[in-house]
Amino acid sequence: MKLFGLPDNSDNQGDQDPRWTSDQPVLSLRGVTREFPGTPPVHALGATNLDVRAGEYLAVAGPSGSGKSTLLNQLGLLDRPTAGEYWLRGVPTATAPEQVRTTLRAQRIGFVFQAFHLMPHRSVLDNVLLATLYSGTPRGERRDRALRALDRVGLSHRVEFMPPNLSGGERQRVAIARAVVTIPDVLLADEPTGNLDSTSSSGVMDLFDELHHDGLTLVVITHDPTVAARAGRRVHITDGYLREVA
Amino acid sequence: MRLQRRLHPDRSRRADHFRLRDAFAEATAGVGARTGRLLLTVLGTVLGIAAVVVTVGLAQTGANRINERFDAVAARHASAEPATREDAWGQSRALAELPRDAPERALRIAGVRAAATVSKVDIGDATITAVSVHDPSAPTRAVPTVMATSADLLEAVGGHLAQGRYFDCGHDGRGDRVAVLGVDAAERLGIGGVATLPSVFIDDHPYQVIGILDATDRRTALLSSVIIPQGTAEADFGLVAPQAMEMLIEVGSGPVVNDQLATSLAPTNPQTIKVATPGRPSAVQQAIQSELVVVFLALGGVALLIGGVGIANVTLLSVMERSGEIGLRRALGARRRDVAVQFVIESVIVGTLGGLIGAALGVAVVAAVSFVRQWTPILDLRMVIGAAAAGALVGLLAGLYPATRAARMEPVAALRAGL
Repeated sequence: MKLFGLPDNSDNQGDQDPRWTSDQPVLSLRGVTREFPGTPPVHALGATNLDVRAGEYLAVAGPSGSGKSTLLNQLGLLDRPTAGEYWLRGVPTATAPEQVRTTLRAQRIGFVFQAFHLMPHRSVLDNVLLATLYSGTPRGERRDRALRALDRVGLSHRVEFMPPNLSGGERQRVAIARAVVTIPDVLLADEPTGNLDSTSSSGVMDLFDELHHDGLTLVVITHDPTVAARAGRRVHITDGYLREVA
Repeated sequence: MRLQRRLHPDRSRRADHFRLRDAFAEATAGVGARTGRLLLTVLGTVLGIAAVVVTVGLAQTGANRINERFDAVAARHASAEPATREDAWGQSRALAELPRDAPERALRIAGVRAAATVSKVDIGDATITAVSVHDPSAPTRAVPTVMATSADLLEAVGGHLAQGRYFDCGHDGRGDRVAVLGVDAAERLGIGGVATLPSVFIDDHPYQVIGILDATDRRTALLSSVIIPQGTAEADFGLVAPQAMEMLIEVGSGPVVNDQLATSLAPTNPQTIKVATPGRPSAVQQAIQSELVVVFLALGGVALLIGGVGIANVTLLSVMERSGEIGLRRALGARRRDVAVQFVIESVIVGTLGGLIGAALGVAVVAAVSFVRQWTPILDLRMVIGAAAAGALVGLLAGLYPATRAARMEPVAALRAGL
């Protein structure tokens, strides 16, 4: 995969489980459940099996409270499962040390949030550079990569802007640039168009299409059927259980 | 471990993971983003550090002020003379002689401003009169003493002439018969002024009176003496060597003079020279001062503590407020340690800023107070640097707890807070 002409992480030989080959799923969940303790305990995610292959564009749709965010937190290594195992590119993560999960998160996963999560006091460029600080990107390459990522999302002219001075669509593009600047294996988007008007939404979705076309693996979580419709593969989640739609 | 190696076999990749340089850059940006708050946060430390610097600075200045008053004269005078020992007949005998060039040697020592030798001249049974006529019927009068000094005596003993001038090194070198009269001796000899070019006769030799000494800080015996040049005393009365040396020195140079003068005057046998230099402030005076300083320091410490609590408070608030940012950083792959280090550095930056500004402010206040009161401001440079460093330390300590809180945040919960 070549995103804006930069070599991706898979070029680092041995940076993955040797049992993993590119025809195997990038993400693989087996019996992953998540319960939140309490009285009574909340079963947010039932035993979930899910495989996502390299280059797939997956939409996870479902109503509020159906467990979408819980699933995203599992996929993004932000939260550990109560039971089950999750392999990210062949690496078992459920009980892996925090350090391993943090490294995987920095290098293999890109996040796009509904509320953009841009730092308001830092320039657009700084916001994109933030991801490179933790991913181990060589210092000399950081700026160049960030500029190319911003160019890829069509924001070359906004590099020195502050996020509050950008439109909603532009802010989400900055967030997407930040997510892809580390050339992750998978981009996880949580309601990426939830805060956008329809024009901006379709702009962001077009950008996702292009990134997918470039070879990026995408998992988009949404309750919006039109957004879900853009994905090549759709699953529906209700009460914590996944169902394949198309 | 095997897993870990598989994850990042190429160490250089991890080597560029969030290093101290990055942490510092992020912390600086974090601090700089909220200028208004930064100023308020810094204020606590500024006041604390400034309070310490001002109290200690004024204590030092004030202490010096006490010294100045008590020791204005004593602090600037030193003297040297040969050590003595009692011989078998109970007479004290000098162990050495001062060299003829003792004043020149003394002046080479840092802090010595003026030096002059002083010796009592033994004139035997000779008489001293103001007229050359020998009058056997005249009543016997107490004979004034005759002293011999080198040229720079006035400055060395803080003397003042009522009239005329003091002799110079020309008179001294040539052995000219000139004399300066102490004001009491002049009165006793019936000499009212130098305008009439009077002379005194010592053993029938005339000595022209060129000046009258009316006051001196030290060696008040000079006021009742006839003072002649050292060289003249050597030529006329067989004076062998100077008996003592008086010196005017800079305040505070006493220890240096004490260390070096004896060696300079008697290089082979320094213990034969007795040097007297201004003593240290008395023990009582020192005790009072150190107690004052302790009280002042305690007050400053309390102020500093309050400043530190202020920083801790604001940093903690900032951690709560920025939980979204912390969640974002964790989602982007920041380790707990990375987050903690960043917040500690932010707090240290705030503390250091407070320390620097506070130290500067404190110095300015001490200088201003001294200026108004016309004191000499005394500030230990080490204390000023230490005060700035103390600010950094306060920042470090104040930042530890909030940073731990920041590091402990779970990314999911933190992200929910939003930015």
